[in-house]
Amino acid sequence: MLPHMDAAYAYARFLSRDSVAAEDLVQDAYLRAFRGFAGYRGGDAKAWLLAIVRTCFLDWTRRRGGHAAEPAWDDEDRASAVADCADTPEEALIRAADANALRRAVDGLPEPFRETLVLRELEEMSYREIGDLMKVPLGTIMSRLSRARRMLTASLAGGGV
Amino acid sequence: MAACADKEAMLQALVDGELDAANALAMEEHLSACPACAAERRAWTALHERLGAAEVAPAAPAALRLRIEEALAREAAVLPARQSGRRARRWRAWAIGGWSAAGMMAAAAATFFILFLQPPPSDLGDQLIADHVRSLIPGHLIDVATSDRHVVKPWFNGRIDFSPPVPELADRGFPLAGGRLDVAAGRVVPVLVYRRRLHVISLFILPAAAKAGEGRTSAASPPGYSIVHWRQGGLDYWAVSDVGKADLDQFRTEFTARASG
Repeated sequence: MLPHMDAAYAYARFLSRDSVAAEDLVQDAYLRAFRGFAGYRGGDAKAWLLAIVRTCFLDWTRRRGGHAAEPAWDDEDRASAVADCADTPEEALIRAADANALRRAVDGLPEPFRETLVLRELEEMSYREIGDLMKVPLGTIMSRLSRARRMLTASLAGGGV
Repeated sequence: MAACADKEAMLQALVDGELDAANALAMEEHLSACPACAAERRAWTALHERLGAAEVAPAAPAALRLRIEEALAREAAVLPARQSGRRARRWRAWAIGGWSAAGMMAAAAATFFILFLQPPPSDLGDQLIADHVRSLIPGHLIDVATSDRHVVKPWFNGRIDFSPPVPELADRGFPLAGGRLDVAAGRVVPVLVYRRRLHVISLFILPAAAKAGEGRTSAASPPGYSIVHWRQGGLDYWAVSDVGKADLDQFRTEFTARASG
């Protein structure tokens, strides 16, 4: 019912690399969104929500003293609508395996490349939206994306993380 | 890959559909003449498709969705009334594209999906039905759960600015189940919760509006809910329930007799 929750969760998940923390971040973000709704001046709701998720994440990182989580993907993390009805069981397995390999590879990217890539490839935000969110100029977004894609391709070619 | 270093950023922008027509055309011309850059474009496009096709982005767990909807429902219930009226309306429009408040809150309880397709509450009666249905979400029905009216009545002190009567009606077939606060007509109002067999009756109590309100004595929206309105001692009473109309009329009779006596 609530909009953009998948987007918020995926973003929080890749930022924090911690599925438990991601849930808390998203809940925190929706509560803050609700309380701060008077401050919403229209515009793209998803971008607004993701900006709140980002603030929550930065607060969370500060609280835990800048310690990064050990990236881990478990079976709990289902891809959105992974089970395509047309899939045979084998195809579904391959898809799930590929999704997990890709997730690990994305998790293995250092910041700020990981965040930029996630916002572009998974959240499908425009350069301008990403620039506004991360507060960097468009040229920086482009060069970060370029680096992120190169690193991701290399990581996948090297058998993944 | 010996792609042209000076074209790197432009190539990203082309793949991401961020180039204007003139620059896109110039890049396409370059790609048709430069195999290395063309190969790189294919690689980025393939990566993009792979990331999308494998659904790498995890979906929000269903339990999280429920948790957040319940947290928001609690939040909405405790906001100062005037502020919440305006804010809740805008939030609702944002969150659910104009569906009813009950639609958002009752999302937790699929059995109430009938309300999802109802238009936004247009008058107080509809709003009270929505509040009543929302209250049926587990855990939200009653803030103070007791059949002792001497507990319920003081509980409201300090939470609202008037003191509603809290008669005991168990011997009349309407045992008191407790009370809660809700938001109606733009203010926080006390709600008494009575039971009738297996049903729940929410009794909303508001200071009487200056204008003599013509109470709705029954409502059929959504189907299956009844609402009875009366005024007594400067207070407006709205009883909402899924019990039959006859039961609700009897409840009014019993309540008004005890409240005045």
